[in-house]
Amino acid sequence: MGTPVTRTPPKAGEVLLTVRQVTLRFGGLTSLSEVDLHLDRGEILAVIGPNGAGKTSLFNCLTGVYTPQEGTIEFITADRTPVQLVSGTARRRRSRKPHAVNHAGIARTFQNIRLFAALSAFDNVKIAAETRQRTGPIGAMLRLPHARANERNSDRRTEELLDFVGLRAVADELASSLSYGVQRRLEIARALATDPALLLLDEPAAGTNPTEKRELEGLIRRINSELDVTVLLIEHDMKLVMSVADRVTVLNFGKVIAEGRPEEVQRNPAVIEAYLGSAEEES
Amino acid sequence: MCLTQHFWQFLIPGITLGSLYALIAIGYTLVYGVLQLINFAHSEVFMTGGFAGLFIAQALVTTGVTPHGADSVLYMLAGLAGSAVFGAIVAFLLERVAYRPLRRRNAPRLVYLITAIGASLFLANLAGKLFGRDKSNIPDLYSNGVVFTLFGAQVRVQQLVIIGSGLGLMVLLDTVVRRTKLGAGIRSVAQDAQTASLMGVNINRVISQTFVIGGLLGGAAGFLFGTYLNVHYQMGFLPGIKAFAAAVLGGIGNIRGAMLGGLLLGIVESLSQSCMSSQWIDVVAFVVLILVLMFRPTGILGQRLGRAA
Amino acid sequence: MTIGKPPVQVRRTRQVDPRWMRLGGWLVMGALLRIMTDTAEGTPSDHWYVLSNALESPALIGWLAAAVVVWALLEVWRARQLGSVVSTWTAAPRGRLRTLSAVPLTRWLMLAAVAAAAIVIPQFLSEFYQRVLVDQVAVFVLLAVGLNVVVGWAGLLDLGYVAFFAIGAYTCAYFTRALPVRPPFALNPFVILPIAVLVCLTAGLLLGAPTLRLRGDYLAIVTLGFHEIVQLFLVNKNNWTGGNEGAFGIPHFSINLFGIHYSWTLASLPYWYLFIAMLAILVFLFNRLEHSKVGRSWTSIREDEVAAAANGVPTVKYKLMAFAIGASTSGLSGVLYASRIGYINPASFPIVLSITVLSYVIFGGMGSLIGVIVGAALLTFLPAVFQEQAIVRQEDIPMWIGAILVVMMIFRSQGLIPSRRRRRELRLAAQGIADADAMSESPEGRS
Repeated sequence: MGTPVTRTPPKAGEVLLTVRQVTLRFGGLTSLSEVDLHLDRGEILAVIGPNGAGKTSLFNCLTGVYTPQEGTIEFITADRTPVQLVSGTARRRRSRKPHAVNHAGIARTFQNIRLFAALSAFDNVKIAAETRQRTGPIGAMLRLPHARANERNSDRRTEELLDFVGLRAVADELASSLSYGVQRRLEIARALATDPALLLLDEPAAGTNPTEKRELEGLIRRINSELDVTVLLIEHDMKLVMSVADRVTVLNFGKVIAEGRPEEVQRNPAVIEAYLGSAEEES
Repeated sequence: MCLTQHFWQFLIPGITLGSLYALIAIGYTLVYGVLQLINFAHSEVFMTGGFAGLFIAQALVTTGVTPHGADSVLYMLAGLAGSAVFGAIVAFLLERVAYRPLRRRNAPRLVYLITAIGASLFLANLAGKLFGRDKSNIPDLYSNGVVFTLFGAQVRVQQLVIIGSGLGLMVLLDTVVRRTKLGAGIRSVAQDAQTASLMGVNINRVISQTFVIGGLLGGAAGFLFGTYLNVHYQMGFLPGIKAFAAAVLGGIGNIRGAMLGGLLLGIVESLSQSCMSSQWIDVVAFVVLILVLMFRPTGILGQRLGRAA
Repeated sequence: MTIGKPPVQVRRTRQVDPRWMRLGGWLVMGALLRIMTDTAEGTPSDHWYVLSNALESPALIGWLAAAVVVWALLEVWRARQLGSVVSTWTAAPRGRLRTLSAVPLTRWLMLAAVAAAAIVIPQFLSEFYQRVLVDQVAVFVLLAVGLNVVVGWAGLLDLGYVAFFAIGAYTCAYFTRALPVRPPFALNPFVILPIAVLVCLTAGLLLGAPTLRLRGDYLAIVTLGFHEIVQLFLVNKNNWTGGNEGAFGIPHFSINLFGIHYSWTLASLPYWYLFIAMLAILVFLFNRLEHSKVGRSWTSIREDEVAAAANGVPTVKYKLMAFAIGASTSGLSGVLYASRIGYINPASFPIVLSITVLSYVIFGGMGSLIGVIVGAALLTFLPAVFQEQAIVRQEDIPMWIGAILVVMMIFRSQGLIPSRRRRRELRLAAQGIADADAMSESPEGRS
């Protein structure tokens, strides 16, 4: 098994994603408040914070599920063109549609796994891989040469990715019949099938056992190093965060309260205070 | 020009029609609020009310002489109450027989919608088979004279009766939903059914109650509509779609929105009669529906039952 | 606005034994069936004629007795079932599945047998049944195959489907110079087929684009309204459409190419072959579509629209595509129908017809091509037989259609011959794992 795609090596300090002053409100409730965040190409950034700190809301703003009321989000695609994910004035807000965000090069997984439950593991990944092929309905109906070539490519890509996450053996298994940890890995494979430059992982270790957690740690590293994919990770499991992340951003009550290398953040008094009571109860 | 010329002549019928649309629209909006379902069969609840009113009026007025005075008032109340009760019975049975089994096994929304459309088709054509497929007129329960003239437009008893009953029922409903325990149950399920059930709200009962309330109003509207035009096994179809359009216009799931949307749609429809030939009138509601969906999909007052009611 | 006390208290009610409740239900069902099967019909002069006729006849006893028997049998069965805890419905689906299997030989053999039967058997039928085969079975099977794309594959509800059928038919009438407005030339119906497909495709896109951006269930009501508008247009725009009279003398199909001259006539059999040829082409194409990127994208939207969008599936585009493909199939059938019948008017395309076609799709099994074809064929052929034998009045057919829809949805929403994928989805949805339609709010929540 070789690395499926080779990209230009990451340049240190090259910015991939910039979140500026993003504020998201639901009615009277402020979920995110003036959040600033930046992500360099090639790094692994973990966003941590107590429950309800706004981590998943941040993902949903990035991927076009929610449109924040204030702030902008800019993403630099693989061919170095800047794309405004969220922009506009206070009156007229614009945000990219979820599928367009994905096409720009950002893929995600979900906190509560969202696979296509009635399809095989193989088809789950293949559907995502195929969104990068230009096959239209006419090509598909007439099975034109380009459509057949595209399908062969998608099949190959799907097999490569299933190998990459180690799920080749369960390719024909129904997604909903797989175990929890396997479903997590399948969801990651599906996200990778869209050739992202940035992968958003929403609590990938939730509900997995210690062995699976170790495998996951290795998988995230390999995604980062072998596939050259930048990773933005939401996680509660501190051990995983400390071992895998290059940098950590801490959210609390919708605000960024700390940012830095894992060991710095761990010693930060504000972070310790935010976690007292909440993190200890949890793990 | 065309609007100003006959403005008042068309405004009063518009409000009349609008209060009927509003009554039906409330039924759609209530059910949509708690189940997120377009209850297509609600138009047949309306039709049931029309037939119930027809039979009650036929039983009361046997001599062929139009009653007057206290008799008229009594007969109208009897017609309203009877048609409302029959509408509620059909709505209740509909929920029990058709929708509850689906809810029990968490059926997808498509399955609900198909059931609704099937139930609608079944009920309408069963009525057609039982009671004939020609139009029947409800015997007059009062003499429909001119009460007063407003800017050159004649206002008749019938229009006042319909507007009055409609507004009365709406105020009553609004109070029930805002002030009573029953209303609190409906609002809680509309906001978040899962949490409501955790808080001890009996979801099944609340949904039944919602259908019954919608059925009461829809049945009464059917009777009023029957006195205004006639009773027919397919009488529910067009007013049904239009009332749904009205509910979307006001903000689906929002009771006051449904009232406002119904009145507005009735007025717009009636006023446009002065600008175009009457055979195209039915197009107006759909154009309104599509425009609302394009430019303000949440409707005038926004979408939540819990928030704005 | 405050909610005072918790709104519902636990209340003790006297419970009736559910068995007696069920008996009551079955008795009501028996009486209802007695009424539904009555061939009489009420009139405004005597509203109670049917009810009194049905409920006073001795046949009522028979229906009620049947209801009691069914009830008793079901109670016995239920008592036996009580022992086993896991019913087949809730059991988790397991096992391996093929992703893209080659069509096995037996499947090809069966297909060949069906094709041979479709070609040979109609020759031995009477002219009446040949006509039923063409005017009812073939037309509606074509329509159902198209609607299946919208309802079965994309999971959308289209209640104005027959409006496109009407548009196709009137397009045919226009280009054959059968309408009051005339083009300067007349075209052969074969040439009109692609034109009608384009016209309906465009109409479908125009109607679907503003609607499908929003929630899927609004499509149902908007299409219903669209059908009504098309009806009004056909009836009222006399100088274009011929009003209620409609269009006469739409010519038959004919071939005049490379020295081959053939013209279809009033005879049913040649049209039957034309229809099944068209059906074969469509089934071939649609089958490929289902097992392609497009079909898989529809599946992903049905199962989890949010996940599909997050993985790069442009959900609105695919929904719109399904809607437009359905519309064009409907238009195509319209051309065939208009040319075959030779005479169309607005009454040929009532709104109830859209729901009728929907019921064929549901009955057969949405999402399954074979199921949909069998469903449509059965539900068009059987009523024709019943009508000829005077068992059911024609006016009552919509009532039966409605009843079939409700009963199917409650007891077998996957249909007669369901597609495997669809059945899995419905079963998983029952456990709250997956979804099975495209009705939920679009993935871009509007906050």
